[in-house]
Amino acid sequence: MTNLKVNGRSVSVTVTDDMPLLWVLRDEIGLTGTKFGCGIAQCGACTVHVDGQAVRSCVTPVAAVAGKSVSTIEAVAHDAVGRAVQRAWRDLDVVQCGYCQSGQIMSAVALLRSKRTPSDADIDAAMSGNVCRCATYVRIRAAIHEAAKSLKA
Amino acid sequence: MRAIPPRLPVDQRAAAPIGDGREPAIDRRRFLQGAGGLTLAFYLPPIAAKAAVRSAPAALAAPFEPNAFVRIDRQGGVTVIAKHLEMGQGVFTGLATLVAEELDADWTQVRVEGAPADVKRYANLLMGMQLTGGSTAMANSYEQMRRAGATARALLVGAAAQQWGVPAEQISVADGLIRHRGSGRHGRFGEFVLTAASLPVPSDVPLKQPSQFKLIGKPRLSRRDSAAKTDGSALFTQDIKLPGMLVAVAAHPPRFGGQVKSFDASRAKAIPGVVDVVQFAAGPGHFGGVAVLAQNTWIARRGRDALDIQWDDSAAYRGDSGDIAAYYRSLAEQPGAIVKNEGDVASALAGAAQLVTADYEFPFLAHAAMEPMNCLVRLGDERCEIWNGEQMHTGDQAAIAQLLSLKPEQVEITQLYAGGSFGRRANPHSDYPLEAVSIAQAASHQGHRLPIKLVWMREDDMRGGYYRPAFLHRLRAGLDAQGQLLGWEQRIVGQSIMQGTPFEQFAVKNGIDPTSTEGSAEPYVIPNLRIELHTPRDIGVPVQWWRSVGHTHTAFATECMLDELAAAARQDPVRFRRALLAGHARHLAVLELAVAKAGWDTPLSSGGDGRRRGRGIALHESFNSYVCEIAEVAVSEDGGLRVERVVCAVDCGLAINPDVITAQMQSGIGYGLTAALYGQITLKDGVVEQSNFPQYQPLRINEMPAVEVYIVPSAEKPTGVGEPGTAPIAPAVANAIFAATGKRIRRLPIAEQLRT
Repeated sequence: MTNLKVNGRSVSVTVTDDMPLLWVLRDEIGLTGTKFGCGIAQCGACTVHVDGQAVRSCVTPVAAVAGKSVSTIEAVAHDAVGRAVQRAWRDLDVVQCGYCQSGQIMSAVALLRSKRTPSDADIDAAMSGNVCRCATYVRIRAAIHEAAKSLKA
Repeated sequence: MRAIPPRLPVDQRAAAPIGDGREPAIDRRRFLQGAGGLTLAFYLPPIAAKAAVRSAPAALAAPFEPNAFVRIDRQGGVTVIAKHLEMGQGVFTGLATLVAEELDADWTQVRVEGAPADVKRYANLLMGMQLTGGSTAMANSYEQMRRAGATARALLVGAAAQQWGVPAEQISVADGLIRHRGSGRHGRFGEFVLTAASLPVPSDVPLKQPSQFKLIGKPRLSRRDSAAKTDGSALFTQDIKLPGMLVAVAAHPPRFGGQVKSFDASRAKAIPGVVDVVQFAAGPGHFGGVAVLAQNTWIARRGRDALDIQWDDSAAYRGDSGDIAAYYRSLAEQPGAIVKNEGDVASALAGAAQLVTADYEFPFLAHAAMEPMNCLVRLGDERCEIWNGEQMHTGDQAAIAQLLSLKPEQVEITQLYAGGSFGRRANPHSDYPLEAVSIAQAASHQGHRLPIKLVWMREDDMRGGYYRPAFLHRLRAGLDAQGQLLGWEQRIVGQSIMQGTPFEQFAVKNGIDPTSTEGSAEPYVIPNLRIELHTPRDIGVPVQWWRSVGHTHTAFATECMLDELAAAARQDPVRFRRALLAGHARHLAVLELAVAKAGWDTPLSSGGDGRRRGRGIALHESFNSYVCEIAEVAVSEDGGLRVERVVCAVDCGLAINPDVITAQMQSGIGYGLTAALYGQITLKDGVVEQSNFPQYQPLRINEMPAVEVYIVPSAEKPTGVGEPGTAPIAPAVANAIFAATGKRIRRLPIAEQLRT
């Protein structure tokens, strides 16, 4: 039995310690907004926050997050930065197929929490681990700048 | 997918649409044929249809469905039923725009759900089957969806006229509000749906003139799928979990055509949570292998990895990429099947002052959609239910029915969002759906009559075949002493996508698959032109269409050769093209727009950082849309390449959703750039050498150029945008590299070719 705190709720799951957080979230807890893309931390579709840090849940064993606070796309609107990012994503219609966008948004929120006015270079550094095969990158960049602006206002 | 595929004689009844999985299923009751070949399905008024089975309050709550494409509930919410797959290209938004325009709906009240498999109602009108492809969604739906909206509007207006006792002519509709001019009475759609459902459906309703459009052409109309795709609620096949469902992860043969000789499942079965291990048979278009069934994806994957399988490769393909390339070059030495022969190329080239020759080579490419292939199957008595991001309902339905000895209408398909596809989910062999069904059958034989979700890992997806075929183009072209183009000979070598599929008999003529050659040398006015094709049948690598199909290589060969000819003629590449475009006004218009916006005639700034910079242009028509792209590149001392800016001009006829068009051009450029810079699937002894993103490198945000998109204003019929932005970027970049460095790129991907 592993005890987790996910999106502010306490959850217990009976799984092996090495089961990646991604599959615990998706298949055991039913939070399917976090996506499977590559399984080896190369695409970022599985990005969630653990104690506020962006991590790739596909390579994070569930035992490593026991007792820590996990937050996923389903809870992104729980704080001001998350809401600003989500709003910017909608205002600019960033999404296309949408499959990678949960991970993109979680990475963007983590970036804006640590840097309120990220430069293009900051965006490159923080977001280059998140692949989008629809290549929505132009709008991702614009939306991050937009969210940063709205957070300052 | 430009050719017209078969009209399949499939008589299908509706499967319950589930859409995003949260809407109740609606029974379809009755069909009527509309006029002019247009098929609209109408339903009995909800009360009459449901009276026998529903209580009165339930009947009153039933929605109003004036036709197969619109449903309006008592609260006034409008649901558009989309016959095409939303895989990112914005088609849900596009189809909804057309309906809402004629319905005069409140855009914020419009939602969209995917249609079930039902070719009678949901056929692609350009193809006669239910299929999303060939960038045809808006072209084939433009009138049909508007008519669906206008019909619903007429019924609502008729209902309001009846309820208010006023003439219908005095009623207007705007933003979801129905208003009577004389009395000022007004109401929302929901107030009239019960009455509207009881009225006869008009067979012919007038459509708006373009000058009356409020939504069509609006610069920004918010995407209907943005909200669900930014809060985790959008449902993809990967996200569906049915009661009792088992997840299947399969071991596939390491070589195409390999078979299971024997296997030992004991280690897999020892893993807690593994429910069973089943062997499943191959079909003509899908793998056979061994699948591990488990309670969740992770355990299934661990189980799969613990299988010990002996493979029989006696019938497997064991080629190497290098050997394939050499074989294609040897084929290009021989004359091929004649695709086009105008004038006298041999004489023209013999008499040329300058001969320019080049081989252009293209590798296999994987689609590598973000969502690896998957499919959920529930076998029942005399029926089979499928959950899939479904790009080719009719084909998959027929193939699954055949495998299970069912009628097509006994195969029900629930549509879900697809996490990308780029063509992959419209597999003409129905490969991954048939694999899923085969596994479910095998599971059933072993006593597991449960829903089975097949999940491919990224490695399965990348090594699963059905690639854009490798191609070689050998070109010889001649100029006269004044630099005028005299003749052009092009030999194309590559596997056919259509051969061996249900499309072959309609698409392939005299052994020539038009998707192997489409767009070659077009639309240039060349006095002596010959195009030949070799279609090797002995390469055992499964191939399939990949975003923009044949244009992915023909645009490169054509546009790079033109650039080489312009250089040989000592002419500006734009001026050289202009002279060959007489009578092609739409091509010229996108060319001139891109040239003006890019500042082609102004020298590119050196940047002052020691990097060599250059501009390159490519112009290409595909799927009846015209695109010109101008790329600016910078090449560093050590050969590092950066694409800095791309200017794109597009003419896709009437621009229905300009912002979606812009997004699709950005997307096509990014997708095509991945292929240009990095994309290649290679084989060694028949084994695919790439397995995941490190080896099959995708473009990342730090490599994405600035992209400017300009849309040519047009009143022509709307055409597609999902694919046409893709093909021109690789030749535009290659030509820019030449402008910057003098080096020609004749083989894709560019990869390390510039490294010193």
